[in-house]
Amino acid sequence: MALLEVENLEIAVAGQSEWLPVVEDCSFSVDNNQTLGIVGESGCGKSLTAMAIMGLLEQSQVNITNGKIWLDGENLLDMSAGDRRRIMGDTMSMIFQEPMTSLNPVYRIGDQIVEALRQHRKMTSAEYRTRALQLLEMVNIPDFQQRINSYPHQLSGGQRQRVMIAMALSCDPKLLIADEPTTALDVTVQNEVLELMLDLQRRTGTAIILISHDMGVIAQTCDEVAVMYRGRIIESSTTAGLFANVLHPYTRGLLNSIPAIDSETEWLDAIPGRVPMLEEKLSGCAFHPRCSYSQPKCADTLPAALSIGESHLVRCHFAGELEL
Amino acid sequence: MLSYFIKRVLAFIPTLIAASMLIFLFIHLIPGDPAAVLLGDTATPEDIAALTRELGLDEPIWRQYIHWFGGVIQGDLGQSLFFKTPVLSVIADGAETSLLLALMTMTWIVIFGVPIGILSATHHGTWIDQLTSGFAIFFASIPTFWLGLYLILFFAVGLGWFPSSGFPSISDDGGWRNLRYLLLPSLTLAAPNAALIIRLVRSSMLDVAKEDHVRTAKAKGLSPAKIAIKHVFRNALIAVAAAFGFTFAALISEAVVTETVFSLPGVGRLVVQSILRRDYPVIQGVILIIVLLYLSINLIVDLAYGWLDPRVSLQ
Ligand SMILES: Nc1ncnc2c1ncn2[C@@H]1O[C@H](COP(=O)(O)OP(=O)(O)OP(=O)(O)O)[C@@H](O)[C@H]1O
Ligand SMILES: [Mg+2]
Repeated sequence: MALLEVENLEIAVAGQSEWLPVVEDCSFSVDNNQTLGIVGESGCGKSLTAMAIMGLLEQSQVNITNGKIWLDGENLLDMSAGDRRRIMGDTMSMIFQEPMTSLNPVYRIGDQIVEALRQHRKMTSAEYRTRALQLLEMVNIPDFQQRINSYPHQLSGGQRQRVMIAMALSCDPKLLIADEPTTALDVTVQNEVLELMLDLQRRTGTAIILISHDMGVIAQTCDEVAVMYRGRIIESSTTAGLFANVLHPYTRGLLNSIPAIDSETEWLDAIPGRVPMLEEKLSGCAFHPRCSYSQPKCADTLPAALSIGESHLVRCHFAGELEL
Repeated sequence: MLSYFIKRVLAFIPTLIAASMLIFLFIHLIPGDPAAVLLGDTATPEDIAALTRELGLDEPIWRQYIHWFGGVIQGDLGQSLFFKTPVLSVIADGAETSLLLALMTMTWIVIFGVPIGILSATHHGTWIDQLTSGFAIFFASIPTFWLGLYLILFFAVGLGWFPSSGFPSISDDGGWRNLRYLLLPSLTLAAPNAALIIRLVRSSMLDVAKEDHVRTAKAKGLSPAKIAIKHVFRNALIAVAAAFGFTFAALISEAVVTETVFSLPGVGRLVVQSILRRDYPVIQGVILIIVLLYLSINLIVDLAYGWLDPRVSLQ
């Protein structure tokens, strides 16, 4: 069994009058030393999936309605809140999309970095400090001896995201979830942050889930990819396998958009139409209204997950038949 | 930091001068002649004119102001027309009551306002929140004098647990037990302000709870209580600190009412009586001190602000 296995995960959000499914029948796994990329357009449910694994969903607004999340052979969804908290920040940790606001403005970064460590490991104050310095040095913060006493507003966006990484790594997690860790950063800083994460993985063997809407970032960093569209994984494979043999028209659309690296508007243009709203009920394949290969069958029946080759899964009625 | 403090204190001076002019002008606009009030109904116009001259009230108002202000900068607030003693000592007599009342009130505000506000926020949407919010809205909307009268009626007259009025000085007869005289007045005064603090702590905490950094704290596996205090309440305190300045302003005007309802020999009641007596120097003196207090509280709030929020630099 892999370190993390997500099985048929289903998440619903509170709509006007009913619960609307946002993530459906979502399964994937990731093991030590591996990086799994989850890619998809804005609003397809990437963050919700990450938060479900991490245990951060707001119960009144968002609910896990079905599925299992196995970490080290234990189903996280069966655990008590207290047991869950013992894992959060220790065995698994998360880096968020918004480096500018994810740190508490009133505490020094040194204190914030070791806060999880204080929670999960008993040490002396001197040891906490040593560890904070070591982490700051590891994530390449310049002048880390002084910076340890800085407040978040005194750091740049890139530095704050490094601090977030240092924070997430403080307890040597087995699983690191990075939710668009570079989206808010400019391109040069993006690469440095990604490199840093991969470098740390080489040293510690951490499993990483990297969420992105940028195929370029995924291609550069991940061993495996899962492509999400409107709450479902519509194609998944090893990165090499996917790039060699694209089977879903949506994946092709995403790949065609790589050149327009970080501008979201150009990116959306690469696939005609827009992501359907949650309230819109769609029968059949959710992508069919935007798909140029759409047939009557696509609007009627939901395509089953087809296994093609060793580790390539795709949800398309015409997988393999299309010239993509 | 120190230079900021000195700069701010120096900035008090023009404000105090402007305020003192306004106070002086407004007080002399109050209809009614102090000499006539002092002498009573039986006085003849000649007596009144003579006393007016004696008190220097026949001089042009600007000359009276300069005369008064000359005293103020030497620390002399003048003589009370009514008591014929220095204004400072008249105010000092009321200060013990008022200061103790203010301290007790602030204590209640913090003791009730902060924990109930936190409870309300952490249990938001539950019956606990509805109950505390209901109470808070009730106490924030009832008038001080009404609450004061009902507390007297119930606890002092009905149950006889507390004295209903007055306050024998602690410094005179030395008994801290005299503080029980201030219990009902301070609760009266605290109720609407504690209610405001409850509402404010609650709403600021709910705002902070939505911020991204709270999610980061959750992801570290901290307990809900730790998150509520260390990450949510601590940040909400920045907004709450600012409100303590307003609370203080509200307290001053409410103290006047409360001291009157409970017949407390404090500065608030002194102001009311001095207005009725047209005791100009006392009114001017008290208001000037209130302005000074207000400026100081604002300075303290700003300092607290800089201390609570590292993003604010006190320059
Ligand atoms: N608390 C919530 N209440 C209601 N709807 C929500 C909530 N959080 C997310 N959603 C909805 O669920 C869907 C998926 O959201 P999610 O944040 O997972 O998207 P995402 O793939 O991370 O997108 P992005 O690239 O913009 O971060 C969106 O349509 C969003 O509007
Ligand atoms: Mg997201």
